[in-house]
Amino acid sequence: MGEFRMPSLGADMEAAVLSEWRVKPGDAVKRGDIIAELTADKGNIEVEVFEDGVVEKLVAEPGSKLPVGALLAVIRAAGQSAPPPAAPAAPPAPPPQPQPMPPSVAPSAPVPPPVAPPAPPPQPQPAPAEAHRVHASPLARKVAAELGIDLAIVAGTGPGGAIERADVERAAAQGAAQAPPAAPAPEPAPAPAQAAAVSGMRRALASAMARSNREIPHYYLQTRIDMCVALRWLKAANAARPIQQRLLPAVLLLKAVARALQETPDLNGYWHDDQLERRDAIHIGFTIASRQAGLITPAIHDVPGKSLDEIMAALHDLIPRTRAGRLRSSELSDGTITVTDLGDLGGDAFFGVIYPPQVALVGFGRITEQAWAHDGMLSVRPVLTATLAADHRATDGRTGGQFLGALNRLLQKPEAL
Amino acid sequence: MTDEDIKKIIFTELTTLAPEADPAALVPTANVRETLDIDSYDFLQFLIALDKKLGVEVPEKDYANFTTLDGMVRYLAERTP
Repeated sequence: MGEFRMPSLGADMEAAVLSEWRVKPGDAVKRGDIIAELTADKGNIEVEVFEDGVVEKLVAEPGSKLPVGALLAVIRAAGQSAPPPAAPAAPPAPPPQPQPMPPSVAPSAPVPPPVAPPAPPPQPQPAPAEAHRVHASPLARKVAAELGIDLAIVAGTGPGGAIERADVERAAAQGAAQAPPAAPAPEPAPAPAQAAAVSGMRRALASAMARSNREIPHYYLQTRIDMCVALRWLKAANAARPIQQRLLPAVLLLKAVARALQETPDLNGYWHDDQLERRDAIHIGFTIASRQAGLITPAIHDVPGKSLDEIMAALHDLIPRTRAGRLRSSELSDGTITVTDLGDLGGDAFFGVIYPPQVALVGFGRITEQAWAHDGMLSVRPVLTATLAADHRATDGRTGGQFLGALNRLLQKPEAL
Repeated sequence: MTDEDIKKIIFTELTTLAPEADPAALVPTANVRETLDIDSYDFLQFLIALDKKLGVEVPEKDYANFTTLDGMVRYLAERTP
């Protein structure tokens, strides 16, 4: 039986209002189906289910404002039989034995030698009964107990949805400690006042960014990239296309970032439980300015496998939906790195704050004409300043330098992107 | 099509992109994108919309004509019947 909980859709989300259910008890659902709609500071979000099954019970009432991790519904996994109706109250199940968590290290990262810890004696858990049912690592339980966090309201991002230490710390930073311990009383939906929504978004962003700045040891690298070849190629490509199919420079940048990440995979992933968790898939969170709700970074999935036209199509799909507040939960939670492109209205360079638990952020400034020395000659070229903000726990300047070097090299051959 | 007709279409499309803005208050010689905070994606959408409404497809080499309201009206007026 799966507990479908309020997802954490980014480090800057603390709670959301359940707007409506798109399913009813008894409905069969498949992984990826949209089963509910939320209203959060980021707008309306369509929530997908992550397993096949049958909706057993809808727990949360539409209109309720619920914290991240609150129980929304119970989904019976495919193949499981339905429980008998009106089951009598059963004694609470005993707490599961702590399961050793699979190491979530990158494939090429050094794996610590296995240590056989002495079997811990079973200890009564001081947490409320609700917490006994959640799947959490022993370390996460320990940290939760230290911080006074109820695991029932923490969204797990570990294997199989397990709660890990970073999840608990994230919940603590988001003020989960102040949330009701279990089954929080539904609050009425806030009035859709635009000023309040904007304020909420700013507050959530401020909280997430302050925590990132406080907890992540950032290092920054910057490089200037001659965009002469890339822009010339883009101009020629666009001249041969109808206006509806024109490409923006951002498309080249996104593809080049994805390809450079393939060469420096330690920059693509998450920092969890004091370890770098590399991700094979490269889903780029692309910063989009929403006039109503500040900055949002929905993910463009599997960027390396997309052609330039497909990336442009993804932007045509994503940007209007972001601005209209019509994103899907996976788009808000799947980003493995963030790219911010200030475009032609922004500043010359951007030194970003990493979006946890990611370990890197790439910033692009405005392309400007600058003096450029090459082969002993001085000329004027369109120059782009690219910056990398990276987590020093996960990588060091050597990796960062390799990434920026690859980025520069790739943008000199736009036809190969 | 008169300059006023063109301006009306421009205002309609700009309002779609920047609902909170009042294009009618634009200084004719001001930088429209900077004033209304229109990024490169929205600018492309604006040009696509003008192409649909006026049948004028603006090549990239002519983007400089679309910096100000005066420039846009002049450019489009020369290319619409």
